[in-house]
Amino acid sequence: MAVDTKKCVGCSDCVVACQTENNVPIGYCRDWVTEVTDGTYPQLEIEIRSERCNHCENAPCVRCCPTGASQFAEGGIVLVEHDRCIGCGACIASCPYDARYPHPDGYVDKCTFCIHRVDKGLKPACVSVCPTKCLYFGDLDDPNSDVSVVLKKRKWKTLIPEAGTRPQLYFLI
Amino acid sequence: MRTTRRQFIKVSALGAGGLALAGSSMKWTAASTLLNSLTGGVEPTRTPTYCEICFWQCAGWVYKDQAGNIKKIIGNDDDPHCNGRLCPRGTGGVGMYADEDRLKTPLIRTTVDGQDTFREASWDEALDLVAKRFKEIGAQYGPETIALFTHGSGGSHFGHMLKAFGSQSITAPSFAQCRGPREVAFLATFGDIIYSPERTDIRDTKCLVLIGSHIGENMHNGQIQEMSDAIDKGASIITVDPRYSTAASKSKFWLPIKPATDMALLLAWMNVLIENGWYDKEYVERHTVGFEQLKAHVKPFTPEWAYGITTLDPNMIRRTAKEMHDASPSVIIHPGRHVTWYGDDTQRLRAVAILNALLGSWGRRGGFYNPEKAHVPEFPFPAFPKPARTPRESYAGKYNLANEVVSNGMVDATIPSEGNTFNFKAWIVNGTNLLASLPNQANTLKALDALEFLVVVDTMPMEITGYADVILPECTYLERYDMIRKSGHREPNIAVRVPAAEPKYNTKPADWIARELGIKLGLEAFYPWKDIEEMLDWQLQQLGTSLEEMKRIGVKKFPREFDDLYFTEGQDISFNTNSGKIELYSSDMEAEGLPPMPVYTAHEEPPSGYYRLIYGRAPMHTFSRTANNPNLTDLMDENVIWVNPKVAKLWGLKAGQYIKLRNQDDVLSTFAIKVRVTERIRWDSVYMVHGFGHDNKKLSRAFGRGVNDTEMITNVKVDPAMGGTGMRSNFVTFVTEFDEKEAKA
Amino acid sequence: MKEELIVSGRMNHLIDPQLHIWHWHIPLYLFLGGLAAGILFFAALYTILGKEKEYPTAVKIAPFITPIILVVGLMALFLDLNHKLYFWRLYTTIRLQSPMSWGAWTLMVVTPISVIWCALNIKEIFPNWKWKYEFIDELDAFFRKNLKTLSWVLLISSLILGVYTGILFSAFNARPLWNTSILGPLFLASGLSTGAAAILLMSKSHHERLAFARIDLMLIGIEMFLIIHMFMGFLASTQVHIDAASLFLGGPYTTPFWLFVVTLGLAVPALLETLELKGFKLPAMIAPILVLFGGIVFRFIIAYAGQVSRWLY
Ligand SMILES: Nc1nc2c(c(=O)[nH]1)N[C@H]1C(S)=C(S)[C@@H](COP(=O)(O)OP(=O)(O)OC[C@H]3O[C@@H](n4cnc5c(=O)[nH]c(N)nc54)[C@H](O)[C@@H]3O)O[C@H]1N2
Ligand SMILES: Nc1nc2c(c(=O)[nH]1)N[C@H]1C(S)=C(S)[C@@H](COP(=O)(O)OP(=O)(O)OC[C@H]3O[C@@H](n4cnc5c(=O)[nH]c(N)nc54)[C@H](O)[C@@H]3O)O[C@H]1N2
Ligand code: SF4
Ligand code: SF4
Ligand code: SF4
Ligand code: SF4
Ligand code: SF4
Ligand SMILES: [Mo]
Repeated sequence: MAVDTKKCVGCSDCVVACQTENNVPIGYCRDWVTEVTDGTYPQLEIEIRSERCNHCENAPCVRCCPTGASQFAEGGIVLVEHDRCIGCGACIASCPYDARYPHPDGYVDKCTFCIHRVDKGLKPACVSVCPTKCLYFGDLDDPNSDVSVVLKKRKWKTLIPEAGTRPQLYFLI
Repeated sequence: MRTTRRQFIKVSALGAGGLALAGSSMKWTAASTLLNSLTGGVEPTRTPTYCEICFWQCAGWVYKDQAGNIKKIIGNDDDPHCNGRLCPRGTGGVGMYADEDRLKTPLIRTTVDGQDTFREASWDEALDLVAKRFKEIGAQYGPETIALFTHGSGGSHFGHMLKAFGSQSITAPSFAQCRGPREVAFLATFGDIIYSPERTDIRDTKCLVLIGSHIGENMHNGQIQEMSDAIDKGASIITVDPRYSTAASKSKFWLPIKPATDMALLLAWMNVLIENGWYDKEYVERHTVGFEQLKAHVKPFTPEWAYGITTLDPNMIRRTAKEMHDASPSVIIHPGRHVTWYGDDTQRLRAVAILNALLGSWGRRGGFYNPEKAHVPEFPFPAFPKPARTPRESYAGKYNLANEVVSNGMVDATIPSEGNTFNFKAWIVNGTNLLASLPNQANTLKALDALEFLVVVDTMPMEITGYADVILPECTYLERYDMIRKSGHREPNIAVRVPAAEPKYNTKPADWIARELGIKLGLEAFYPWKDIEEMLDWQLQQLGTSLEEMKRIGVKKFPREFDDLYFTEGQDISFNTNSGKIELYSSDMEAEGLPPMPVYTAHEEPPSGYYRLIYGRAPMHTFSRTANNPNLTDLMDENVIWVNPKVAKLWGLKAGQYIKLRNQDDVLSTFAIKVRVTERIRWDSVYMVHGFGHDNKKLSRAFGRGVNDTEMITNVKVDPAMGGTGMRSNFVTFVTEFDEKEAKA
Repeated sequence: MKEELIVSGRMNHLIDPQLHIWHWHIPLYLFLGGLAAGILFFAALYTILGKEKEYPTAVKIAPFITPIILVVGLMALFLDLNHKLYFWRLYTTIRLQSPMSWGAWTLMVVTPISVIWCALNIKEIFPNWKWKYEFIDELDAFFRKNLKTLSWVLLISSLILGVYTGILFSAFNARPLWNTSILGPLFLASGLSTGAAAILLMSKSHHERLAFARIDLMLIGIEMFLIIHMFMGFLASTQVHIDAASLFLGGPYTTPFWLFVVTLGLAVPALLETLELKGFKLPAMIAPILVLFGGIVFRFIIAYAGQVSRWLY
């Protein structure tokens, strides 16, 4: 997935849409929006990022999970299998992005890239609701997918590449 | 991991077909079943609606889970208002339905032990009481002294009932507190108004100029979507705002103007366009009157002159004028929407209209298109009686250019005063929290005090409901039918609202309430239909569709019948103005004794130690109506006061600290507000989001959270042209010492 | 001025505004694990060295508390789990990359051995007890025959357990404070030191006491060295690591760490033990109690401070 920080307005629609789509309880979220302002009035710049699990290629959360509940699914998507999760919190502590949270039902939850929708040929809820269309989703290895096209065209970055997790959420800058 | 990434999920371009599951592993299956159980698996039935959280009225689909609870709302792909994408408030609309603080049953004011309180009542009893009092007041003072203040869908139902009863005293805060000045200014200039949704062709524009319009925070859906599309297509955006708005951060040029000085900038832009010949000569020649007068009028208003007033770099003023010229006619000097700022707003919007005329953007692609509405016939009913007096007569001689009824004019007329014999005696307030939406609360309270009877129709216990004699709880938009949405757009279209669930608690839809009340008032003749379904179905049949079909499709488009989306080049056009031309020199304004061409007036400046209070929108809330919505308070549960770091340092304010505010008239805010120290605001102003600081204790999430900006707006600059209430000449200072307990309540 | 905000108002329970997913359970669990590892290590060591007679407390007495300690530790871990009903899932798989997993499995090995160890000793201490079942006697005979092997298994597994208590943290790249390979040896040293302290507390033999005081002194020396090393490592590293270190160098954890862990938990007992070795008569309990106290505080501090420390982006 790619997020265009130049178009995102921080409206948080992606967050509400995720909540209503994925039964995320009120008071919790799988995605969130960060706004970074830099400079001195009137020389200013803002970067707005809709963030979520990075579905890291080298995911520490998967590595440290003692039960295998956290796992790579088809396509490199990182998922948590709820009835294998013991709620030990190791994966939460291992995620440099704080992308996971303990669900009140006990297991740990996080962004699934809306795999249940993607499965049906739909886009993830956050992508399909975003009013500025600043979220791009698709197959990174298909050169014609929305994501690949936009990543080729634009400059991008990932978050905390130093942490070595090889994140798969790209921020267009 | 390389290899798995190679099979990264394939989303087919058409959204069909889906994912290649070749060689799907055990893991995948496990995960899918797991996710299906989480999300309920199958998609249950969906019901069409259009959103009521703001007045963009996006059409969408309401989904329920198997237990019948409303779970999510998704935009309707065929809807030109939303293109299948609701805004955060629309998506969070489920919270309006779920909110457990909702009004649950009719309430009647009574006195117990000398204290006013509400008691629960049946609908029959409550409506009997309303009918009885309306009959008495109608008989004693005339039915036209019963006024309707309304905002939103219920207005047509209550309006119908009231008109049948003999009163046309109907008004909304969406004119004199909102769009009024721009509609009047554009009417005076082009002979037509902007409408809602705005007729701005942002999708195809090459240059969008936003003057205080904070699109992106102002989440009017179609505009934000089209602005984003325009950015993609390389359009340049110019934002004029004393605050580094979200839109400013997306702009090629941001002009950090000193607040209240926009007129000087607009005049300077005209000066530059005319002096450099950067205006559309052909267009101006063919379609406008008054160019020579305008040219002479703006001659002295050079960018250097404007610099002294606006603090904007003259080169920047020239540079941005050039940018507009280069894009012309695909350029939009956006008229904004909430434009009641400084009391000379009609003039400022006239200046905006003139700039658009000079650049030839009106009626051109990428400028302003010609919208068209679907013609929805009315179910036949007898003609309404002619009211003895029109509401305008209550403020006779004032606001003559107003093309809609002036709410504050009617509020003033409710307060008995010498010489005014047309006082309103009873109000129905439907869907408008007047204590948050009308400035000068003291005045509103005086009017409420003077009333003999107040009925409030609302979904939530708000400030206004506290003053009611009778509270009628409406169900939310997700639980009711309403009239067909038929606002104009590029293509004529309609949308329907169908209840997705039974009304919760003992609430009722406005159409039912109004009709029952009408029947109790003896107005059966005006309700020849059995119920709203029959009425809607009849209307839809006339349009070649039916309620049954609309329940399946939600939105229907029709081909354009009248003129084209844009003017045909080289053709003369007759404008609906006095001269039949675009009036750069306004005969309407002149006739009112107002400047026919915009003039700059200096506005009040903050006294020392005070800062101008400016306010606006947060993308996740609408005015005061969403402040208790569980889904939306989850995103933002209070407003904060933006303070420039220099000011914060001067006052020793720390980010996150709670303070109270005191305004120039010594009004102290009821609650405290959290400080946000940010470079995004000028040092002479502070900023907050409108709609917080609720003081109705029944709002469990919203009570006492933040400050109500309306409380601080006591200095109101009324626009002489149309009665708009300028709200931005208020200044606040910081109060750091106060009783914490009382403030956090 | 740079301003960073989460505009969508994120407030995930236990995650925001800072991680506090682990409360008292995990540090307690790690402390008890380290303590048990320490005790069992010495028991195994002296058995292998054939010095059971010289160190009766270490080999016979002290291990009696280890099953209890381990079970309490496991209880703490269990209480910490949010999805308790699925606890058994831990033992349906072995995840070599997950310290939590091999920690759980190590405990699966160590705990029964500790029970067996105690059982063997019970038999020795109360030789006249008659076991109800024949097979127990057989088992007893079996283990007794293979005592050396059992000791080796115990020695190694207790070392793993000791190291594990530190690795559990240091595997978390995401928390810069934990992200140092020194935590493994450091927690092992600390675990051994607390084990030695426990033995000191229980031992009545002068000879044994002196020996363990010497061992403890050495371990404290190692710990001091590792701590200094750890801070030097942080300070020579990236900004986030410097920030992590500064939690202890002027930051909120400065006093608890330097006062309780370093001064009271390491320096003072080291001093007391040195004096004792030099022949001074001092209340024998103070030094070991301080060591145990320092050990537990140390784990709490690392657990809590680690959750505060994070990457910046
Ligand atoms: N200080 C200040 N004042 C302003 C503004 C500002 O920015 N600052 N903005 C101005 C502008 S632009 C406008 S358009 C107006 C808006 O003014 P209003 O439309 O009055 O806005 P709200 O404060 O949201 O009040 C809406 C009321 O309708 C109720 N309501 C919501 N849904 C329903 C429903 O389905 N049925 C019924 N019966 N009631 C419902 C809500 O509970 C609430 O009490 O305010 C104006 N006033
Ligand atoms: N999320 C959300 N969206 C909404 C609404 C909502 O409640 N919530 N309400 C809708 C409605 S009804 C309306 S009317 C619109 C209103 O939306 P707009 O028409 O965009 O609103 P304004 O209140 O005019 O704009 C507020 C902006 O004006 C700037 N400003 C303040 N003073 C000055 C000044 O002197 N000069 C200039 N140039 N700028 C100034 C402020 O910094 C702020 O950025 O929003 C609509 N959209
Ligand atoms: S919905 Fe889109 S624009 Fe809004 S915050 Fe999310 S990513 Fe940004
Ligand atoms: S972002 Fe966090 S939760 Fe997601 S894959 Fe990476 S480490 Fe795991
Ligand atoms: S909380 Fe669940 S998913 Fe996370 S590491 Fe523990 S068992 Fe695995
Ligand atoms: S992809 Fe789905 S689960 Fe992930 S943040 Fe978006 S909506 Fe939520
Ligand atoms: S813009 Fe948002 S709140 Fe307004 S009608 Fe559309 S979805 Fe609803
Ligand atoms: Mo408005």
